[in-house]
Amino acid sequence: MPKKIENVGCPYCGVCCDDLVVTVSDDGRKVLEVENACAIGNEIFQHASSEGRISLPRLRQPDGTYKDISYDEAVDYAARVLIKAKKPLIFGFGSTNCEGMAAAAKVAEKAGAVLDNCASICHGSSFLAIFDNGYPSCTLGETKNRADVIVYWGSNPAHAHPRHMSRYSIFPRGFFTGKGHKGRKIIVIDPRYTDTARVADIYVQVKQGQDYDLFNAFRTVIRGEDIPDEVAGVKKEQILQVAEILKKARFGTIFYGMGLCHSDGRNHNVDIAISMTRDLNDFTKWTIMAMRGHYNIAGPGVVWAWTTGYPYCIDMSKKDRAYMNPGETSSVDLAMRDEVDAFFNVGTDAGAHFPIEAVKHLKKHPWITIDPNICMASEISDLHIPVGIVGVEVPGIVYRMDNVPIQYRQVLNPPDGVISDEELFERIHQRISEIEAEEGITQTSAAAAGTQTSFVGE
Amino acid sequence: MSEIIIKNGFVFDPLQGIRGDKVDIAIKDGKIVETTALTNPKTIDAAGMTVMAGGVDIHSHVVGPKVNTGRLFRPEEKLFQNIKKTGSRMEMGTSIPSVYKTGYDYARMGYSYVNEAAMPPLHSPHVHEEIRDTPIIDISAMPVFGNNWFSLEYLKNNEIENNAAYTAWLLRATRGFGIKIVNPGGSEAWGWGLNCANIHEPVPYFDVTPAQIITGSIETNEYLGLPHSIHIHPNNLGNPGNYVDTLETLKLAEGYTAKNAFGRTQVMHLTHLQFHAYGGEGFNFESKVPEIMDYVNSHDNITVDIGQVTLDETTTMTADGPFEHHLRAVNNLKWANVDVELETAAGVVPFVYSANNKANAVQWAIGLEIGLLAKDPMRTYITTDHPNAGPFTRYPRVIKWLMSQAAREAQMDAFKHRDKVIDVTNIAGIDRELTLYEIAQMTRAGTAKALGIADMYGGLAPGMDADVAIYNLNAESMPSDAEEIEKAFSRCAYMLKDGIVAVKDGEIVAEPAKRTIWVDVKVPENAQVNRDIYEHFLKHYSLKLENYSLFEEHLHNPRVIEVNAAE
Repeated sequence: MPKKIENVGCPYCGVCCDDLVVTVSDDGRKVLEVENACAIGNEIFQHASSEGRISLPRLRQPDGTYKDISYDEAVDYAARVLIKAKKPLIFGFGSTNCEGMAAAAKVAEKAGAVLDNCASICHGSSFLAIFDNGYPSCTLGETKNRADVIVYWGSNPAHAHPRHMSRYSIFPRGFFTGKGHKGRKIIVIDPRYTDTARVADIYVQVKQGQDYDLFNAFRTVIRGEDIPDEVAGVKKEQILQVAEILKKARFGTIFYGMGLCHSDGRNHNVDIAISMTRDLNDFTKWTIMAMRGHYNIAGPGVVWAWTTGYPYCIDMSKKDRAYMNPGETSSVDLAMRDEVDAFFNVGTDAGAHFPIEAVKHLKKHPWITIDPNICMASEISDLHIPVGIVGVEVPGIVYRMDNVPIQYRQVLNPPDGVISDEELFERIHQRISEIEAEEGITQTSAAAAGTQTSFVGE
Repeated sequence: MSEIIIKNGFVFDPLQGIRGDKVDIAIKDGKIVETTALTNPKTIDAAGMTVMAGGVDIHSHVVGPKVNTGRLFRPEEKLFQNIKKTGSRMEMGTSIPSVYKTGYDYARMGYSYVNEAAMPPLHSPHVHEEIRDTPIIDISAMPVFGNNWFSLEYLKNNEIENNAAYTAWLLRATRGFGIKIVNPGGSEAWGWGLNCANIHEPVPYFDVTPAQIITGSIETNEYLGLPHSIHIHPNNLGNPGNYVDTLETLKLAEGYTAKNAFGRTQVMHLTHLQFHAYGGEGFNFESKVPEIMDYVNSHDNITVDIGQVTLDETTTMTADGPFEHHLRAVNNLKWANVDVELETAAGVVPFVYSANNKANAVQWAIGLEIGLLAKDPMRTYITTDHPNAGPFTRYPRVIKWLMSQAAREAQMDAFKHRDKVIDVTNIAGIDRELTLYEIAQMTRAGTAKALGIADMYGGLAPGMDADVAIYNLNAESMPSDAEEIEKAFSRCAYMLKDGIVAVKDGEIVAEPAKRTIWVDVKVPENAQVNRDIYEHFLKHYSLKLENYSLFEEHLHNPRVIEVNAAE
């Protein structure tokens, strides 16, 4: 009998839909049907039971081919790489659970690594703005229950977060929003007339790269001052019209995406968006939220904040303290300067997403990919360690884009022998301790020789 | 397991009435035992030292989403630290330390139990993840109720049984400890950018007053017979003239007596009283502590904690969303806010309390007046509302001020507006110096009793957990320099957790397992409440009911307190 599993969380985007119904085969090996998921979420579940999954770690051979090795061998290899490296970089974590992130932080601290996540090349500019200006936000249910005005600025959920609009923002009927879509004003601000813009009541076509100017104009108008006839390609009349809607809202939420984070201005765009939200709270209730990409990319920021006090770009190479300085300790910058001498690609694909120059530098040193799938990173790695797919084969806690923890379930058994990120990192941690104990003699002699900072195994 | 005997120390255990006598403390298998039960114990010589039970903190923000927001958005407070790694993990942060630093620093001060003061129910998996990673100290967490839509509806209609059934369900769903109320009604009003300025102002739409929420919550709490009473952060925090609202809030407890099997005698714990004892208006505010403490002293069914301002740079955080928005306009620093659907609204703002600022100095005086005018130290507790009025790592300094008039005078002399501060407060006229016995009451015995856990924590009677703090203080010849008091309480000579020496000479030497304490209440099956829960999750929450309750696998090393309210 196939088994129906309900209330399943989806390991695709930051919307973290947790209402999926997944039907799996009798033997718990195959996904037969996925209900309620978007096309992309559906595909992730189907992929888990597709042909060609890797079920053993693969080590690069001198002839360039991969050879299957045991998990013990892979763990030993990874531990020795970390011990030998002066400044390893452990990056990724867009697609794993918080348990894995906590275990990875433990390894990074022990190994004196730099620990970074995909925010570094995504919403990192949001972090910079939050450090400076705060983050007046809310949970997505608040938006659903109260919001009568929604702004999507530089984000296109119709494609990137397919069920965001129907679950939380535009369409749902909430406690104080019984009329659903009809009771809400939708404003989309974007240089492109996106599919999201098509459902907007008001579409504001800002000139590319001039978001900051437009925010400035809104803030000026909201404070009752005058503005020029046109700002950032938008006519004064439309700016006044939108500003009036913002001020008259009962409750509003601004959802923003890469259009702010990665166009001219970057963190400054987010900064002024936050300032505008602050300003609006002098009149009525406004909140702002980053459209985080992956289902648990909010996770590492949360987990590592309680671990080290920093959300990303965490340099732990001193081992007794952490240091963060994006631009200096951020992954791409470290790679471009060829400052790291080992690279762990975890639950992401740096091969596809880093600049080619950065990849070339990283490729000079040991490169280990920890990911369930074959991806560009896994194909150029020295070692590829497969792990179970979180949300499908591995349960655990993930943080939705509004930092609400969602408990994910297991619907399939992982391929025989395949372990979780958490177990893998725990085993690497354990192995480092063992090797350090075995080689304790060299450590002591180095200390006796008067070496102030001894790198074990150097 | 090993046996330990602590010999020759001056023991202060108010739960047993031991006042500095030289009593041997025997430990076996993690528990305190009679000395006769030991066969071959290891001896800790505490000669010339003070021995107390492990400290019990009744109100502190140490784990959860708003604490972590504070950590995340304040990288600046980690710079320029000179840290030495002595535990198994690095220690980062100052006013909002990492979970590791939190556990280590509490242990170094001799504390073994912390009650997390506000858990947004929706975020309970987050709270429990942080509890898992916090070393050494046992933690309980109180879910917030005072703005919860279920409770607002039930209490508006005076449906105590329904509210009780819902409360029992939520305690289980979140693995929570008791009923926390923050700015009743006001944080729901904040959903619309509004507030409830006093206990009579009705909540928008829900049309229930804060006073109704408070009395209804007391009735719910006593109906259930929970270990702890309601734990309230009242309306109108921080505003001059608010002592009126505070007195009105306290008076709501009149006529209620505690019904429980845990030895608790109060029906209301009013937290961080310092923020609620202001008279005057605008910047001309003044201490109204005598009025408030007269009331507290003469009403046995109330307990309070201080919320002492420590004159540090810190990070304020509270589920009082409108207050944090107000504070943002006071200092114009960065502001984080999280409204949580159907439940609460929290804010976070960094804040600098300065000895050069008259208002901050008055707050300092008000806090100490509360401790010094307390007639019953078993009902008045030392806190800093960590990190709101100052970090918990300043408890030893607060103890110093309470124990030494000279130390207080030295601080007052350092105030820029010394005379103005003295004019509007009563601190200069108080010569009381608290004793070690009274400090033990205010930091472990009293708090454990108020939390209803005095059979396990806060004392040294046989059968209790072997959580012991040994301080380098000679009770028979106390140091003339008050700085030595602060030093002794900052870094204890020994801290034992479950009979394992976790701290020696102020440093972490072991990291024994910690626990999660929660309260499981049995109530009669309640079809209406079940239906209400089903409906709200179907229509109004943004996640499924089945994913809301904490999964068993995310509860770590639990210790459950069972309560039967079904009969």
